[in-house]
Amino acid sequence: MTAPADNAVSGGVRAPRRARIAERTLRTDRWWLSPLLTTLGLATFVIYATIRAFVRTAYWVPEYHYLTPFYSPCVSTSCVPGSSHLGHWFGDFPSWIPLGALVLPFLLGFRLTCYYYRKAYYRSVYFSPPACAVAEPHGKYTGETRLPLIVQNVHRYFFYVAMIVSVLNTYDAVVAFHGSTGGFGFGLGNIIIVGNVVLLWAYTVSCHSCRHITGGRLKHFSRHPVRYWMWTQVTKLNNRHMALAWTTLGTLVLTDLYVMLVSSGVFSDPRFVN
Amino acid sequence: MTYKASFRVWRGDTEGGELRDFTVEVNEGEVVLDIIHRLQATQAPDLAVRWNCKAGKCGSCSAEVNGRPRLLCMTRMSVFDEDEVITVTPMRTFPVIRDLVTDVSFNYTKAREIPSFTPPAGLEPGEYRMKQVDVERSQEFRKCIECFLCQNTCHVVRDHEENKENFAGPRYLMRIAELEMHPLDVADRREAAQDEHGLGYCNITKCCTEVCPEGIHITDNALIPMKERVADRKYDPIVWLGTNLFGRGRK
Repeated sequence: MTAPADNAVSGGVRAPRRARIAERTLRTDRWWLSPLLTTLGLATFVIYATIRAFVRTAYWVPEYHYLTPFYSPCVSTSCVPGSSHLGHWFGDFPSWIPLGALVLPFLLGFRLTCYYYRKAYYRSVYFSPPACAVAEPHGKYTGETRLPLIVQNVHRYFFYVAMIVSVLNTYDAVVAFHGSTGGFGFGLGNIIIVGNVVLLWAYTVSCHSCRHITGGRLKHFSRHPVRYWMWTQVTKLNNRHMALAWTTLGTLVLTDLYVMLVSSGVFSDPRFVN
Repeated sequence: MTYKASFRVWRGDTEGGELRDFTVEVNEGEVVLDIIHRLQATQAPDLAVRWNCKAGKCGSCSAEVNGRPRLLCMTRMSVFDEDEVITVTPMRTFPVIRDLVTDVSFNYTKAREIPSFTPPAGLEPGEYRMKQVDVERSQEFRKCIECFLCQNTCHVVRDHEENKENFAGPRYLMRIAELEMHPLDVADRREAAQDEHGLGYCNITKCCTEVCPEGIHITDNALIPMKERVADRKYDPIVWLGTNLFGRGRK
């Protein structure tokens, strides 16, 4: 991969009075590798999640009450019996509406406006810039000063919804401790589902907006010791926000894939209890 | 251990210039600035380079080595292969004066545009009292050595000369965040950060953080918290209601 095309003949690093250097970048390392891998990673998840959100099959394991996170909460009468933990709020959904449509747009919004993902796709998809000190291909740049990107400022509202969804996912994980003969049960699927929920909580709480809300907006930490303590804990998680962003994409796919394979009978869930 | 290294160094001024090839001796433990000085001493006595402390604390010798913004005095030769051609150019965001020296006055102009520290009325110098826990966040930003590598690598001005008028750059947005978080600063800097200093141009791609030789978390600790404070002020109706209807100010 070579550096992107000129952003403007007389602008950018070729602006008047700057050192006249023909190359758009003189970097000799593999600066293109990171945006390439990011694009591939994001595209893989988007394609997988889109297909799974629409197929409407193998999202519920009735014996063990495993529900994939892509269909939670399932509140339409189109949902298979037993999968609607919160009851039926809506009638049948037409096939072009995912059964998880109640929260999927908010989760998508939470990730799209996330400060880490913004960095990831601004660099790797929009090339703004593709890498540090590598010229971007755009002739004009206004960033997040106007529509549509000024909407990124609503990230905190998606965070609030994501917190509620995390509670729902936690509820799903609890009711999944269900045995094939009723009562308590525990299998490999529970470990995967609980692991996914724990990491989703970690990703959600590590959000920069959460860090701001818990204590970042304060002028005086000393007057709010509890909020300061919360801020320090969120800050520790926030330092791993990028890692959690990627890990949770992986665990979401793993959890969904596992539920799909067990539900469709490809293999049996190894059971430790009932 | 001594070897001969291949260097390409940009020579020129505002009228034009070119990358010139040099072969120069390198000794164990040296940094790129040592090699530039050897070039001055042996092959190019008129080569212009700005430097001062040789310890990564004055911020004078900022340049680009193999296309990456770096301090010449903090870039060890041992990170390069012996047969690697090492390209040294001036910073490419600022007007060049000559060879490796650029005119960084853009940064001083931006510094002057930021209202200075504003203590509470009636509090005189010498009477300032702060808790350490309250002032820690601002202290991280005081580590800045003003090398302007962050300003140089920020694509908002590096790739768009026209944005220089409206964008203060990461160093000075960090200065605004430093004052905004300061326990004794009473000025509300949030609206101006967005409308006058161009915080909205920042798309948090973190290049400023990547190149900072002091390891300041510019994006995570200054720019993003500042964006969130601006969202409080300008884009969050709930916070607006809390502030204006119920009198819940900033504490």
